[in-house]
Amino acid sequence: MTPKRKKKLVLIVLALAGLGLAVGLGLNAFNQNIMFFFSPADVAAGKAPYERKFRIGGLVEQGSVQRDEHTLKVSFRVTDGGGTVPVQYEGILPDLFREGQGIVANGKLGRDGVFTAAEVLAKHDENYMPPEVADALAAQKASESIKN
Amino acid sequence: MNRFVAWFHRWGSPKHFYDMSGRWAPWMAALFFLTFIPGLYYSLIGSPPDYQQGESARIMYIHVPAAWMSMFIYGVMALAGAITLIWKMKMADIVAQVSAPIGASFTFLALVTGSLWGKPMWGAYWVWDARLTSELILLFLFLGYIALTTSIDDKRTAARAGAVLALVGVVNLPIIHYSVEWWSTLHQPSTVKVMGKSAIHLSMLIPLLLMSFAFKFYYAWVVLSSARAEVLDRDKNAKWAADVAQAQAGEMPS
Repeated sequence: MTPKRKKKLVLIVLALAGLGLAVGLGLNAFNQNIMFFFSPADVAAGKAPYERKFRIGGLVEQGSVQRDEHTLKVSFRVTDGGGTVPVQYEGILPDLFREGQGIVANGKLGRDGVFTAAEVLAKHDENYMPPEVADALAAQKASESIKN
Repeated sequence: MNRFVAWFHRWGSPKHFYDMSGRWAPWMAALFFLTFIPGLYYSLIGSPPDYQQGESARIMYIHVPAAWMSMFIYGVMALAGAITLIWKMKMADIVAQVSAPIGASFTFLALVTGSLWGKPMWGAYWVWDARLTSELILLFLFLGYIALTTSIDDKRTAARAGAVLALVGVVNLPIIHYSVEWWSTLHQPSTVKVMGKSAIHLSMLIPLLLMSFAFKFYYAWVVLSSARAEVLDRDKNAKWAADVAQAQAGEMPS
């Protein structure tokens, strides 16, 4: 490589490193704004605002879903181990909504600590498997828990 | 090492590129059909539905390879941009310029298929989370590159401007890849991992890999063919191009 080309290569690498650093610092500064949702632990720690729109994300607690018989009203609790937030919602829930499944709800947190959602989105996990394999895994888990 | 350098330099010669791409493109096309047809079969018929998503999971066999291609092609363009700036190799610029519309198409395909999957699964066509937003920025980078390079008449100025834009935009690639780890997003984290265990059953991994190889071969086929046409057009006043034209005229019945 000629000295001139080497100089250009070094310049390009340095420019990219500088740009990467600048973008990295910028993204770090906006970290809170890029986060798509707050976790229940954040809410428990008082990081989330009251009476202002934000999103909350976590798992739907097992056995917490209560549906109104005559309307589309539904209430459930969202948890992440570090905190639990009760959520109220009225509307159609996505296909993947179920107990134990991850969700993201958009709405406002009331002074009473109840989150009123205007929109509920299901968060899919990265696991892909056929139904038979999922059944086999569940059966295996069940038999293990019986043994214990 | 020297043999590699010599091989690399030969690809920089328009005449050599024209000959070699003519020889390689049909092979890439053949490999594309060899992987795409079984890939489609396994995607649509020969693989099981997902335990939670049901048949909708099949969108993944287009969506994931298209998203991988969008990032791969941008990476190729950035590398070609660096070669253009350092070695002033005309072929690198041609490869970058003919790659841009293909990359933009794959990005668009990834965004549209993701959106169609998102409505039944998430409950929304679009959300402004870090993964989706950074992939949308990638589409704008491709479109911006095309707009920039086609709006400058002088080929060498266009090549340099495009190379700088491609290199600047390359910071977006790690952001797209790590967005699902750095920030909380609605988009799920990576299923297929190069290191460690992938979170996908083998019966579903096979069609996914077949489709991603098919997309790679498709790109190689299209980029070789269109770069071949572009290099002939740019060198139309060179002697080798006149020879090619003469040879083809000789073959054709007049």
